[in-house]
Amino acid sequence: MAKAPKNKTPRSPAENLDFALHSLQEELEKTKRYDASEEQLKHFYEQMLLIRRFEERAGQLYGLGLIGGFCHLYIGQEAVAVGLQSALTEKLDSVITGYRDHGHMLAYGIDPKVIMAELTGREAGISKGKGGSMHMFSTEHKFYGGHGIVGAQVALGGGLALAHQYNDDGGLCLAYFGDGAANQGQVYETFNMASLWKLPIVFVVENNQYAMGTAVGRSSAETEFYRRGTAFRIPGMKVNGMDVLEVRQAAEIAFTHVREGRGPVLMECETYRYRGHSMSDPAKYRTREEVQDVKEHKDPIEGLKKILIEQGNSEEDLKAIDKDIRKVVSEAADFAENSPEPEASELYTDVLVEEY
Amino acid sequence: MAIELKMPALSPTMEEGTLAKWLKQEGDTIEIGDIIAEIETDKATMEFEAVDEGTLGKILVAEGTENVAVGTVIAMLAGEGEDASDMADAAPADPVPGEGKDVGRPDASGEGSEAEIAKPAKKSGVKDPEIPHGTNMQTITVREALRDGMAEEMRRDERVFVMGEEVAQYQGAYKVTQGLLDEFGPKRVIDTPITEYGFAGIGTGAAMGGLRPIVEFMTFNFAMQAIDHIINSAAKTNYMSGGQMRCPVVFRGPNAAASRVGAQHSQNYGPWYASVPGLIVIAPYDAYDAKGLMKAAIRCEDPVVFLENELVYGRSFELPELDDHVLPIGKARIMREGSDVTIVAYSIAVGLALEAAEELAGEGIDAEVIDLRTLRPLDKETVLESLKKTNRLVIAEEGWPTCSIASEIVAICMEEGFDHLDAPVTRVCDEDVPLPYAANLEKLALIDTPRIVKAAKKVCYRD
Repeated sequence: MAKAPKNKTPRSPAENLDFALHSLQEELEKTKRYDASEEQLKHFYEQMLLIRRFEERAGQLYGLGLIGGFCHLYIGQEAVAVGLQSALTEKLDSVITGYRDHGHMLAYGIDPKVIMAELTGREAGISKGKGGSMHMFSTEHKFYGGHGIVGAQVALGGGLALAHQYNDDGGLCLAYFGDGAANQGQVYETFNMASLWKLPIVFVVENNQYAMGTAVGRSSAETEFYRRGTAFRIPGMKVNGMDVLEVRQAAEIAFTHVREGRGPVLMECETYRYRGHSMSDPAKYRTREEVQDVKEHKDPIEGLKKILIEQGNSEEDLKAIDKDIRKVVSEAADFAENSPEPEASELYTDVLVEEY
Repeated sequence: MAIELKMPALSPTMEEGTLAKWLKQEGDTIEIGDIIAEIETDKATMEFEAVDEGTLGKILVAEGTENVAVGTVIAMLAGEGEDASDMADAAPADPVPGEGKDVGRPDASGEGSEAEIAKPAKKSGVKDPEIPHGTNMQTITVREALRDGMAEEMRRDERVFVMGEEVAQYQGAYKVTQGLLDEFGPKRVIDTPITEYGFAGIGTGAAMGGLRPIVEFMTFNFAMQAIDHIINSAAKTNYMSGGQMRCPVVFRGPNAAASRVGAQHSQNYGPWYASVPGLIVIAPYDAYDAKGLMKAAIRCEDPVVFLENELVYGRSFELPELDDHVLPIGKARIMREGSDVTIVAYSIAVGLALEAAEELAGEGIDAEVIDLRTLRPLDKETVLESLKKTNRLVIAEEGWPTCSIASEIVAICMEEGFDHLDAPVTRVCDEDVPLPYAANLEKLALIDTPRIVKAAKKVCYRD
């Protein structure tokens, strides 16, 4: 017997009576968008545009054979990393994510040159060319990767949060994962311990609607990911991940809750990836119209551009920003193409820290 | 400036493809994101999307063309203010050198050969620290030695903590963490839920975040649920990050067969972990090594798998009363000197090897017994030195024979000790079956002293 179709228009989580842990969502509903200064707005715009142009160029370099292996682009999801990371306390809070990690690094202000040079596998890359697209780290920025095993970063993020709590440093961990990773068992093992021990961690589901080629509805019994912490008493939030101001506002609320020692928050950011899962994905599981519709109506960069123009910025001003960013990205690409590969002598370095 | 549109590589393995269809024609305006062409790869038909805007100029590769190499210029794109029709027909249609797949990866033979690759330096001549004359000796169980080692390091370094199932209030499933909760409190002695994958990940992440976790597995059999974090997260991170991100975690717990607990609780994971670059694997036998190597493991900057043995926990040994008994990692120990045959062992098999040596002595065979202590990095120098002296070698291992530490020692002896061999190197391991429950079958399956004696006599041609 086929089940009756699910109600496709869920009520707002704040009004959803069978979702008990909605206090944070209620707060978000009061003021949905962050009241950014003009300078902040421009900064968000620049950062999102940098991610997009960088990723477009990475796609190009992949096509030229300069980037090998797997390469997962962040195009379409820019508002999530920028909105959340702009609310972090620098040099204190830690961030960890999966393999779609270029955007999170750029949102941190890490030099695009060393990221691109890692993608091309060069000595100057942030991991000396030994990590590649999926394995990049910057301990200086407290960015802990860049992990290729789906869902592993959630448990590791729990450990980073444990370190914040152990050291009593007031910091928190931001652990990103996708709607696909949200079905891994270790995610729930971590939810349980994080809530039990009141770890300072914000779990962020970047729901881009597809786990590689499998649509959310085909892989997940509960598609409202913000509710998935309920069994562990973790409050949930559902956020429009295509609106950088809403993401930033949600970040403010979630971070305050966590910093008050009240335990983890589970935040679902609804977003969309424009490109395939990786570069070798022909994306036949969705229609071109679907992608086009998101690009035309929900694009995070176009959305913010509208606001900037309403505030009196001219098209020319914004074009100039784009031009500057294209230059930065071009320089990063040139650097990445022209840097030498690692020396053969690097093969055996860094396997172990110590000599035995 | 005109932009060359090149045949893209659309998968990690693609070297050429078919230009199936042009969706834009010469003179068409191109916006970023427009699909310009369809390309068939070995796997699928892919859409070729524009990443620059402009006007499509000359199409250089007609649709339907097969075997177009990656990097071939397939069309020209004119930028703003350029005339597409002006663009030279002479644009190169051949792949631009160095712009195919895998550019820069030298295929010239000889480059990157073994001779040029510097292997990491090895500390040589490192010995166990001398025990000062007149040092008091205490008799202590392995269980207590392990606990004391952890407690001393916890007193010494605030970052060290223990987590695992039943480590705190229950005082340890095998009482190895007895008393730690009382002394260090629940912040540093953490009971976890039964959730190996999760807490192994949390422990690993905490190490990445600057702490010094000791993650106890109630047995290493349960760590199979967590092996992903031990290998993919802990072992590989330093390398993948170009030396930026360390992971100084100790995974410890009992390993290998206990007594009558059946196949799922009776496996030796030594060979598994010892095969992984990036890990340190320690498997001590007696209390002296248990304590000294536990302290070394906790201080170590690299991730350590520390394999204990339940059947040895309760055995008592002599241990010098020293303020700071730390032993070198990666060094084997000669447990008994001899001249006729070498018996290499680790963990519980060391006890069996020592018994065998006693028996052999009664038959006039003088056996040398080596305890490997560390399985990775393996101290092959000590093994080969002994082989040079005795010319005969047996490996005793409580574990399966296939792809074992014993197999590895055989390989080392063949490759580097062949000239010193007077007899084939021989493995004495468990039988190659899941461990049975029935008492008689279990006994048949496990390594024992008579088998070691028999093998030693055989390589001495005395059977």
